[in-house]
Amino acid sequence: MIYLNNAATTVRKPPCVAQAVAAALAGAGSSSRGAAEDDLAAARLVMEARFALAELFGFNRPERVVFTANATLALNTAIFGTVRPGDRVVATAYEHNSVLRPLSLLAAERGVRVDYVPVAPSGSVAMEDFDRLVAPGTHLVVISHASNLTGSVLPVAQVAALAHARGALVLVDAAQTAGAWPVGMAELGADLLAFTGHKALMGPQGTGGLLVAPGVEVRPLLHGGTGVQSALPHQPAGYPEHLEAGTLNTPGIAGLGAAARFVAEAGVERIRAHDAALRRRFAAAVRDLPGVMLYGEGDGMDHVATVALNVGDLDSARVADELAHTYGIATRAGLHCAPRAHGALGTRGQGAVRFSFGYYTTEAEVDAAVAALAEIARGAQ
Amino acid sequence: MEGKGGGAGAPRGRGRRLVASFNSTFDALAAERLCRAAGVPGRIIPLPTQINADCGLAWSMPADSAARQAFLAALDGSVTPAALTELVL
Repeated sequence: MIYLNNAATTVRKPPCVAQAVAAALAGAGSSSRGAAEDDLAAARLVMEARFALAELFGFNRPERVVFTANATLALNTAIFGTVRPGDRVVATAYEHNSVLRPLSLLAAERGVRVDYVPVAPSGSVAMEDFDRLVAPGTHLVVISHASNLTGSVLPVAQVAALAHARGALVLVDAAQTAGAWPVGMAELGADLLAFTGHKALMGPQGTGGLLVAPGVEVRPLLHGGTGVQSALPHQPAGYPEHLEAGTLNTPGIAGLGAAARFVAEAGVERIRAHDAALRRRFAAAVRDLPGVMLYGEGDGMDHVATVALNVGDLDSARVADELAHTYGIATRAGLHCAPRAHGALGTRGQGAVRFSFGYYTTEAEVDAAVAALAEIARGAQ
Repeated sequence: MEGKGGGAGAPRGRGRRLVASFNSTFDALAAERLCRAAGVPGRIIPLPTQINADCGLAWSMPADSAARQAFLAALDGSVTPAALTELVL
């Protein structure tokens, strides 16, 4: 199968990832739950992964790289851990349900006011809207680094500067950029940054994390064993234990650490260039196919290697199914857990077919996808 | 490896050790990382019950000034131990 659903997960991983997971499964003990050699080996694996990720994200506080099961848990931890009843929050219409749903719950049950920065039908966002909505008194601004629908890279640094000037914290969802695009805590102006391990970082599923800048207070979402300060009735204040209750996914984190080192060695800029070339090749080839409508292409933003489109008025699910079963090409149809973004682009009913490329995608695979889409488009005429 | 037991069932010899305790597991492992890189003699042990600290791991090293100096030089201020305690272990 040609896997062009890399925005959902990466199927092909560097061999070092599976090797690291297997080695941890075969011999690592319990991190921070003992001082015998096997347990120390587990703790060292976790530690090295923290250092690798901190370095990848230009973050000089590796102890504040908190491991979670996925980006969703990282985002929930950040949102529920910083927003209090009655607070004001601003998010963008590009956000994923892992942001939208926690915010909806806070709005419904805890009197939190949530304003959404609109996305134009072209896919663009306007700084004027951030300026208007991020009013003084706003507690938190949540912004995707890149849309999981169109791949559009949002002006996070500009928004963060504005938010900080108004006294708001900034939570960045880097699920679509970590590993595929330069992600720097300081450059972005992030106070909190959530990432997943299994997409462009090419680590195992079940891994992710939250970076917490010094001085940012986050109340724990999970409470339990930490292996330290066991007599305390509550979570320790120190990081990472403050936000890491329960036994960690050491095999997964070992794989994630290996993946992060692989990505660093390969070079994020080189990966970005590779991905961008594939995206250009694909978009240029399908743009003029009969009936094909691309979304977010004229939004004035850079893009990670994700393209959303439709073929005439064909159901996006039907197109994705034909791609998968006739041509052996995996894409993703539907709403992509981004209902507000689809609403903005006018695709709430039809959904869209999302093609997303990654480190191991080849030009030949892109060309095969173009040829398949051309046949489908011609057949729909 | 420094500090390994003398074989199955052999009682470990007691002696004076300099024990560095830490405020977090991260600090203990970061110290170990630095000490290993610098060749400081010693190893991670469970925190002896005589010492109160936030972390259950400690760095045990020979109780001499050379080891102490090598340890502090390896850490170079990037990790601050909670305490340095001489114990008979």
